[in-house]
Amino acid sequence: MAAERTWTTIESGPPNAWDFLHPVCQKNYGKWKYHERPRPGVLKHVAESGDVLYTVRAGTERQDTATIIRRFCDLADKYADGFLRWTVRNNVEFMTPSWDNVEALIKDLNDLGHPVGGTGPSVSAIAHTQGWLHCDIPATDASGVAKSIMDIVYDEYIVEEMPNRVKLSTSCCEINCGGQADIAVIIQHTRPPRINHDILSGICEMPSTVARCPVAAIRPTTVNGKPSLMVVEEKCICCGACFGACPAMEINHPDYSKLAIWVGGKNSNARTAPANMKLVCHGIPQEPPRWPAVGTLVKRILDAYKDGARDWERMGEWIDRIGWKRFFETTGLKFDTYMIDTYRHARTSFNTSTHVRF
Amino acid sequence: MADGNEFQLNPTPLLDDLESGPWPSFIKGFKEQFKKTGNTMIRGALDQLNYSYQTKMGYWKGGVVGVHGYGAGIISRYSMVSDLFPEAKEFHTVRIQPAPGLHYSSKSLREICDIWEKYGSGLINCHGQSGNLQLIGIEADKVQAAFDEFNQKGWDLGGAGACVRTAASCVGPARCEMSCYDTLNVHHKMLTYFTDLVHRPALPYKAKFKFSGCPNDCTNAIQRADYAVIGTWKGDIQVDEAEVKAFIDSKGMDYVVNNVVTRCPTNAITMESGSIKINNDDCVRCMHCINVMTKALSPGKERGVSLLCGGKGILKVGNMLGAMMIPFIKVDTEEEQEAFVELIEQILDFWADNALDHERLGEFIERIGMHAFLEGAELDTSIDMVTHPRDNPYFKAGYDHDPLKEISL
Repeated sequence: MAAERTWTTIESGPPNAWDFLHPVCQKNYGKWKYHERPRPGVLKHVAESGDVLYTVRAGTERQDTATIIRRFCDLADKYADGFLRWTVRNNVEFMTPSWDNVEALIKDLNDLGHPVGGTGPSVSAIAHTQGWLHCDIPATDASGVAKSIMDIVYDEYIVEEMPNRVKLSTSCCEINCGGQADIAVIIQHTRPPRINHDILSGICEMPSTVARCPVAAIRPTTVNGKPSLMVVEEKCICCGACFGACPAMEINHPDYSKLAIWVGGKNSNARTAPANMKLVCHGIPQEPPRWPAVGTLVKRILDAYKDGARDWERMGEWIDRIGWKRFFETTGLKFDTYMIDTYRHARTSFNTSTHVRF
Repeated sequence: MADGNEFQLNPTPLLDDLESGPWPSFIKGFKEQFKKTGNTMIRGALDQLNYSYQTKMGYWKGGVVGVHGYGAGIISRYSMVSDLFPEAKEFHTVRIQPAPGLHYSSKSLREICDIWEKYGSGLINCHGQSGNLQLIGIEADKVQAAFDEFNQKGWDLGGAGACVRTAASCVGPARCEMSCYDTLNVHHKMLTYFTDLVHRPALPYKAKFKFSGCPNDCTNAIQRADYAVIGTWKGDIQVDEAEVKAFIDSKGMDYVVNNVVTRCPTNAITMESGSIKINNDDCVRCMHCINVMTKALSPGKERGVSLLCGGKGILKVGNMLGAMMIPFIKVDTEEEQEAFVELIEQILDFWADNALDHERLGEFIERIGMHAFLEGAELDTSIDMVTHPRDNPYFKAGYDHDPLKEISL
C-alpha cells in the first residue's frame, strides 16, 4: 500500500530561467555586443560592459543517464560556476569568463569522450527521435541510426570546415519528429497497413480512424461477422497516420519499412526563406545495428556539399545554384519517377519554364 | 534474475556494436548506469532494444498513466513482449518542463537525478524534440510519488497529446547579442498562462510554441511550431563604421563582395567608396550580413516580434511552414506581453472551437481559407502575409466592399 498522499500539486509551469543563468549572463542580460568563435566548439561573447563570456559546446549521448548528467554537473561546478545548458540539437554548453577554464574544460570533456565542436560551419549533432527505445509507433531506431551517422561524420563535428552550418535529423516514422534538416534520414513505409481484424473493433475508435486517413482510403467493413476496417490499397499512400490512431493497423514491417534520405531543409531566414527538404534517395533497407548504407550516402552527400558549395551556402542553397540534376550527378544518387511529387501541392514543384541545365 | 547476479547484463550483441566509434555511445551509458545502480529496468530495456535490433520491429504500446489532476505529462509504455523481457514490463516516461532556453544549475540537475534514480530507471533524455526533459523508465505505481518530489523542487510536467505542448526558446538575451526580445521571459509568461491547457488535453490536437530571438530561428520555430514567435526590428541596421573598415581590411574586398554584398537576398547592400552601404528600405531582416559581420552590424533599435502561425511536421498533409500573421508587435513591457498573450489566446480559441479532430492550426487555416481565419481570429489583413497578391480571379468580395474607396483617382 502506498502511503497517503500529503502533497498538493503546484501547477507552476516552466521554472523561471533567471535562477539558472550564469552570473555573467545575469549581469549582461540583453546587453551583449558581439560574438566570435576563437576555435571550433567555443563561442566568445562580449558585452557592452566589456565582460567576456566563453561558451564550450560538446556532443552528448542524448539518451543520457543520471551518471552522465552528474558528470556534466561536476564539470559545471569546476569550470562554469555551477551552470550549464543544452542546445536544441542535444549539445551541452558550459559558460565561463576564463580562457584557462576553457582549455581545461575541453581537455576534461575530451577525456570523458565528449567531442567539443558543433559551432559555426560544422556538422552539428543530430536532432532525433526515440525509436525502438521508447516510441509506440517506430519503424526503426533513432538513437542507433544517429550514433552510427555521427561516428562517420565525427571529424566534421570537431572542426569548422563546411561551407555553412549542417543540421542533421533522423526520424523513426513519417511524422518526422526529428524535423527539417540539411540532411534528414526518415523511415519510409512502402506497403499499406496490415489489419488485425480479430482485435480492431475492440481497441480502435473506428470513425476517427477512418477520418485520420488523408486520402480517404479507409472504409468500414465486416470480417468474420465482426465490424472492422479495410484499406483501399490503390489509394493508400503509406503514411501510417491510421496506425497512430489504431494499433490494429500495423504499418511497420521488418522488410518493407525502408529508410529515405531528404536534403535541403532550412530553418533559418538567413539569405533564403526557410525551406522544406526534398527526397533524394529511398528504399534503403533496415540494417541494424549500424545502417551502413545510410552512413555511406550521408557522408557522400556531405563530401559533395563540402567540395562544391561556396562559403555561406546551406545545402539547399548550393543545390539551388547548381541544380538538382548536378546534385544527383555529383552525389551518384539516382533521380527516379517517385521523386516527382503527386501529392497536394505537386504543381508548385513542376518546371513551368524552359530553364534546363544540359 | 539469478541470485547474486543482479549486476550482470544479459548478452546484447547487436547493441554492443554501438559501443565502439568516436561519438558518445548511449549503450555504453546505459550499461554504466545499470552497473552503478543495478536497476533491472535498464537491463530489461536493453534486452528488448536488442530484440528490436534482431527483429526490426518496436514493442512498446501506450496506455493510460498519469498523476492526480492532470491528463498529460506522463507517456505510458507497456512492453508487448514482457513475457520475454519482464524487467521492462512498464517503462513510462515523465516529461518535465525545463526552464526556457534549457538553462540549468548543477544543483537543480543533481536534484532531478537523485529523485529519478530513487523512483525511476535513471535514464534521461536531454531533450525531447518539443523541449521536454524526458525521464524514461518508471513503473505506474511510482509515478505519483516521483512527480510529487519533482513538484516540491519547483518542477512541473510538460504536455502530451491534444494540448498546449512544452515550448522551446533559444538562449535569448542571456547570451546572444542578436536576440531582439526577451525570449526566456515571454516563453515563461505564455506557458504559465496556458498551464491549464498544458496539463489537460482539451484541444483538437497539439499546439506548439517556439520562441526565437531573431530570424536565424535557432529553435526551428517556423518549421515546427503552430505559434512561432520570432524577434525582429524596425528601422536601420546598426552599423559600427570603424568595425566595418576593420572587417574589410582583415577579410579583403573579394570576401566582402562575395559573402556579404552579393549574398543579400534583396540586393540591399552595395559597395560605395570602398565600404558597404545598406539600403534599409530594401532589407527584409534575414540576418545574413549581421551573421557574417558580428562586430560591425547589429539589428536595429526598435525591436519586437513577428508571429508566424501554422508550422507543423510532415504527417499527414506534408510539412507546413508557419505563415506570417503579425509582422511586428512589441513585447517589452508587462502590458505589451499581456496583450500579446491575449492575442494568441484569441487565435487559439478560434482554432479550438472550430478545428476538426487531429487538425493542426496550419491544416485548419488551409481548410477554412485565410479570409475566414483572419475574420474568425480577428486579425488585420497585412500585405506581409503573402509573397505576392493572388494570381487568379476567383473570389467574391463583400458586396459593400469598395476597392476604389482608398485610392485617389
